[in-house]
Amino acid sequence: MLSLAGGREQVSVEGRTVREVIANLNRAHNGFRDRLCRDDKLKPTIAVVVDGEISSLGMRQKVSLESEVQFLPAMSGG
Amino acid sequence: MSNASKNGNGNGKYKVIGTRPIRHDGVDKVTGRAAYGIDTHLGGMLYGQILRSPHPYARIRGIDTSKAKALKGVRAVITAADLPPSEADEVLNLVEGSFRLKDLRSNILADEKVFYQGHSVAAVAATNLHIAEEALQLIEVDYEILPHVDDVVAAMRDDAPLLHEDLTTKEFGEDTGKNSNIASHIQFKLGDLEKGFAESDIIVEEEFETASVHQGYIESHNATAEWKTDGQLTVWTSTQGAFGVQKQTAAILGLPVSKVRVVPMEIGGGFGGKIPVYLAPQAAILSKKCGHPVKIVMTRADVFRSTGPTPSSYVKVKLGADNSGKLLAAQATIAFAAGAFPGSPVGAGAVCVLSCYAIPNGLVDGYDVVLNRPRSAAYRAPGSTQVNLAVETLMDEIAVKLGMDPIELRLLNAAEEGTRRVDGAVYPVVGCRETLEQTKVHEHYLAPLSGPHQGRGVATGFWMNAGLKSTVTANVNEDGTVNLMEGSTDIGGSRASIAMQFAEVLGLPAEAVNPMVGDTASVGYTELTGGSRVTFATGWAAYEAAQEVKKILIGKAALYWETTEDEVRFEEGDFVHSTDPEKRLTFKELAGHLVDLGGPVVGTGAVDPNSGVGGSFTTCIADVEVDPETGKIKILRFTMIQDAGTAIHPSYVEGQMQGGSVQGIGWALNEEYFYNEGRMQNASFLDYRIPTCLDVPMIETVIVEVPHPDHPFGVRGVGEASIAPPPAAIANAIYDAVGIRLHELPMRPDRVLAACLAKEEAEAATANG
Repeated sequence: MLSLAGGREQVSVEGRTVREVIANLNRAHNGFRDRLCRDDKLKPTIAVVVDGEISSLGMRQKVSLESEVQFLPAMSGG
Repeated sequence: MSNASKNGNGNGKYKVIGTRPIRHDGVDKVTGRAAYGIDTHLGGMLYGQILRSPHPYARIRGIDTSKAKALKGVRAVITAADLPPSEADEVLNLVEGSFRLKDLRSNILADEKVFYQGHSVAAVAATNLHIAEEALQLIEVDYEILPHVDDVVAAMRDDAPLLHEDLTTKEFGEDTGKNSNIASHIQFKLGDLEKGFAESDIIVEEEFETASVHQGYIESHNATAEWKTDGQLTVWTSTQGAFGVQKQTAAILGLPVSKVRVVPMEIGGGFGGKIPVYLAPQAAILSKKCGHPVKIVMTRADVFRSTGPTPSSYVKVKLGADNSGKLLAAQATIAFAAGAFPGSPVGAGAVCVLSCYAIPNGLVDGYDVVLNRPRSAAYRAPGSTQVNLAVETLMDEIAVKLGMDPIELRLLNAAEEGTRRVDGAVYPVVGCRETLEQTKVHEHYLAPLSGPHQGRGVATGFWMNAGLKSTVTANVNEDGTVNLMEGSTDIGGSRASIAMQFAEVLGLPAEAVNPMVGDTASVGYTELTGGSRVTFATGWAAYEAAQEVKKILIGKAALYWETTEDEVRFEEGDFVHSTDPEKRLTFKELAGHLVDLGGPVVGTGAVDPNSGVGGSFTTCIADVEVDPETGKIKILRFTMIQDAGTAIHPSYVEGQMQGGSVQGIGWALNEEYFYNEGRMQNASFLDYRIPTCLDVPMIETVIVEVPHPDHPFGVRGVGEASIAPPPAAIANAIYDAVGIRLHELPMRPDRVLAACLAKEEAEAATANG
């Protein structure tokens, strides 16, 4: 991910949903969509965290102007 | 300090929460009436057995089942050929991770290769168990034995035997295209690592290894399946999640989930080990072929050799701090042995490794590595205990080097609200600091040690906890009791903790609520019992169901008094007429009138709280005595301090803390899968030694309550974090006692003795110049 973003750990893009964030991220840094998504869904190995909470809504998760969005490996539990 | 009642009278804030009622399922369990999976008996039932590989790695050139099929009493024999074919890229998403369907099917019945000793190769159904066992002997398998690898570091090397020709290393969604036993590599990075270490006055770095460990559940895996001629399959089994069994079984058999009904029986322990399915698909196919129900129960040796333990691990950690003790940089490399197929909890390990502290600069690399052992499974805070040993040992080293109190060092660096973890997440309100503060003033921590070769160690641990989907349905009975149907299988007293949250809302005694665990056809979708989530999420669903019941009953009271709903208020468990306070109905009185008030009262709660539960932190204190002649470690005293958010039923919170502590002690001192030439040598509880009550003192507990800000009652979940720190605390206590640092679990007497002797030799050499 760092290589796609030119080594930057954080980038700012606009969007009202995770889908729009990824679309805008991909416009700014080509390749993000392929890394994160398959068939308009997040890859099963990827989790999205919005403002500190893992979302179960995936691409449909709403975000605000001030939101922090992170993409993490999906975790296992027990 | 805990508000949790010691005397069972509650915590003052709530009427029911914080009290200690007798668990609803207690009498059935202590009198032997509770029905477990192996108690399942159906008319015409047949008995299944599984043929398992004796080899750690081999190609199957052919299987001849003709002699077995010809044996009198044998009704069916199946192999991988009876499973649906798999597409290479089919993935099944489960809450515990995403798995290739091809791998899940291969783990049920091996197709081209066996990947570990105990790998299922064929299954038989017969009229009795003895005939089934005899039939197994008649199945001829032609194996081409392959060179195996069962060490995680060796399996990562380029020249290691490859398990899966089509497996390439994935790096966060990107396929590197490189064939390897490394299924995936994840990396977390925060800040400027080089700068952090450059500014550090003290740098410590060590490598650690931990053994594969069994969850230690007493009840063996079992499944009974009945595939009826209408195409409907029913499975009775012991599981941590009926809907997970439904999803896995349906996917493996190529069925829609609606065709599979799973009935969760009482469960004799799970701890993460009863999330995957091992027997239901085979029992189902056998049942379909025979036209009878088929039951399969594993032997203990099967459980050890063929089901998932926790992964063994290699962990290397480097910490940098300034002279005040402030951590400035941390780096961790973590490799987990996933077993035969990808899917170890290395991601969770990578999150947990630096999670207890505010560290501005960090780098974590995690590797999921396949090798010739059973596919690993979750085990209580999966991934956290392995990595905790490394960091908490190094924290002790820093404290020793600086001459600092180890709790003060941890307090100086404790994670708190706003701390950003290395994976990027920012903590909400958490109780790490509070557990440390309680430890610092605890009588155990302040008490002197009383003899030679005794030492004291501390360690802090973390588990992230989960939210996930849960459903509860409440049905009000005319006698004022409530039947509460929930989807969470009850492993640790969760019937009680869920019923108590329901009762709290309506001012009922816990005994007036009758909690029941439903099957997949009788309750709404509910995720597994795991991730410390049930009291949190299913309890939240119970809260919502109770709110709905309350709302409906306000309407019923209004109808009873022939007034409007806004004229009725709910007050301390009673329904009261606002303008005529003489009119007052208890819950029970109103329930008695329901037959004349327009029908049944049913409330449902269906929730999917996100995972921002903040996690749970633990700190423990261990006192040990080392026998320098034998290397045996005796635990003299052990105290666990944990943030529970809010303790719903303090006895069961304490029970979780004690259980996790004892399991952690087992990791530390006794437990390991012992392999020789790829074959497990200790596949019984005689040779695989879990701690007994003779090995541990009474585990003391302190419940810290830093309420979760979003949960209706502030619950966090307490099931897992207590297992993480005991091995490190014991390792630190051993150092305090005799001055040796151990970097490998378990810390067996032979390893302790060898380290003591090495230290003596080194000291003698130094003394002799």
